[in-house]
Amino acid sequence: MSAVILPRADVPLADLPALLLPAYGETVTMVGIVMVVVLVVGTPLGVLLHNVAPGGLYERPALHAVLSWIISIGRSLPFLILMAAIVPFTRFITGTNIGIAAAVVPMSLAGIAFFTRIVENALRSVPPSIVQVARAAGGSNLQIMRSAQFSEAIPAVIGGLTIQVIAMIEYSAIAGTIGAGGIGYVAVTYGYQRFDNTVMLATIVILVVTVAVVQIAGDRLVRLTTPQKRLQHT
Amino acid sequence: MITLRQLTKTYGRGGTAVTVLDRLDFEVPTGRIAAVVGPSGAGKSTLAQCINLLERPTSGSVVVNGEELSGLPEKRLREARRRIGTVFQSSSLLSRRTAAENIALPLEYLGVTPNEARARVAELLDRVGLADKAGHYPFQLSGGQAQRVGIARALALRPSILLADEATSGLDPDTTRSVVGLIRQLRDDLDLTVVFITHEMDTVRQVADTVARLDHGRIVEQGTLVELLTSHESQLGRSLQPRRGHAGPEAGTRTWFVTYDSTVVPGDWIQRVTADLGTAVHLLGASVETVHGVNTGSATLGIGTDDDARVAAALARCGLSGTPDDGPPLGPRASLGSADAVSGGFLAGAGRVRTGTLEDVA
Repeated sequence: MSAVILPRADVPLADLPALLLPAYGETVTMVGIVMVVVLVVGTPLGVLLHNVAPGGLYERPALHAVLSWIISIGRSLPFLILMAAIVPFTRFITGTNIGIAAAVVPMSLAGIAFFTRIVENALRSVPPSIVQVARAAGGSNLQIMRSAQFSEAIPAVIGGLTIQVIAMIEYSAIAGTIGAGGIGYVAVTYGYQRFDNTVMLATIVILVVTVAVVQIAGDRLVRLTTPQKRLQHT
Repeated sequence: MITLRQLTKTYGRGGTAVTVLDRLDFEVPTGRIAAVVGPSGAGKSTLAQCINLLERPTSGSVVVNGEELSGLPEKRLREARRRIGTVFQSSSLLSRRTAAENIALPLEYLGVTPNEARARVAELLDRVGLADKAGHYPFQLSGGQAQRVGIARALALRPSILLADEATSGLDPDTTRSVVGLIRQLRDDLDLTVVFITHEMDTVRQVADTVARLDHGRIVEQGTLVELLTSHESQLGRSLQPRRGHAGPEAGTRTWFVTYDSTVVPGDWIQRVTADLGTAVHLLGASVETVHGVNTGSATLGIGTDDDARVAAALARCGLSGTPDDGPPLGPRASLGSADAVSGGFLAGAGRVRTGTLEDVA
């Protein structure tokens, strides 16, 4: 936690790193933990959601409707509301309702809902004939999902993942308000509430650069995983 | 050999049920290429999916080399699918895999060791003439090359049955010819039984030994390609003939549509018919080709006599059969001919059999 009571003056430039670096570390930790959870849970969930839908490998329209409905609820609540609404659940899981651990729970929930849709969408863009090919080749459902559906969808999934990481950085700023810290929290408490323009500007620069780096990395990965894009400019 | 017995496929239940295949019987002996043609909605794609066991028939059976496959439990059904190779439409390659990796897909699913798979893939690439394209991705392949990869993939597990499901649709005529040539070559080399489902009549003439016409979920007509092409009465045979427009008739002549009605039509039949009738015979349009060593085709003639019976007799002596065509020169046939491209020729075929005119000949 970087919130310390300081006199009502702008933080001197020399003190900026000491204020911002730990906060940045907290943001990275939060987003990192959340992304691991989201990938581990959201990927299979998205594949499942796509395949229980009509036309999928395990067509279960009722299950699809229920799952889809739950995910839509998760997606429709503003993050701040979701975070507040599940405080009892968060406390049950982590034993606390403040700090990074407490922020990770609502962020993961919102992130899983988000990523499940991204995976579902990406799989939907794979032509159904590819699945037919894989079935005719004697693939089991698991093999088909892995090597035909998901493998073909990888560039789209990575594109979605990039959007997701950026959204999670944004969520981490909101989660900062329950004491999880992070760069967004510094921006709000120093820059916004205390009119510290130096800190405000510094956090903005850091966030812009971070988001840009994530986006560039994401775009590069999409290129690397799409043979047509990878080979055309070499 | 593949046999379909009383194959029925119904979608939905109760009042909204749709029967797509209706107690269909069909058999293709080992080493034969059987084309199945039919208009859109006749049940071609459902038939394809029942043959390669992607769909389970509602009733009836799919028998491959004496073994009933369609009733197997799910896991065995998956194994049974490996005995039938399917060539899909040209765009069905995995875009993130090279040609070699695409061909290796069925081998991977089977659990073949990488070394074995590599050897088999190299052999297959060689067989389809793409040995130099192993590392190419689908976007780097032409339509014909992509389809050759599709054929190699279908053959990866050494199936005895090859199903081509609209395999040449969307390819240009030259590419189609080379892909069809490859399929015939592979049939000869590997003694494959081939079911070739298509709506393109020109392709059928190039590839098929036998042809069956599917309509409303049943095989309504079938025969060997030569039989069908040399039978004036066969609706399927007529729809297999290439059709284009023809020149307008000269004054004082009557237009006849003539088809080869036997396997022994002499090459100089126009001269013979002219001499026989003692009147001018104008050639207004024709398409003649050799199919499996037999001359087949059709011609539109302008004949300077009204004596239909004499004309029919003169044609018959040359192994031909014809019907007078009184419509305007580019009338019904031309317009139906253009519908041909879309419907696969059955509209045209159906529109052409006019009982009145046929009886005139008889």
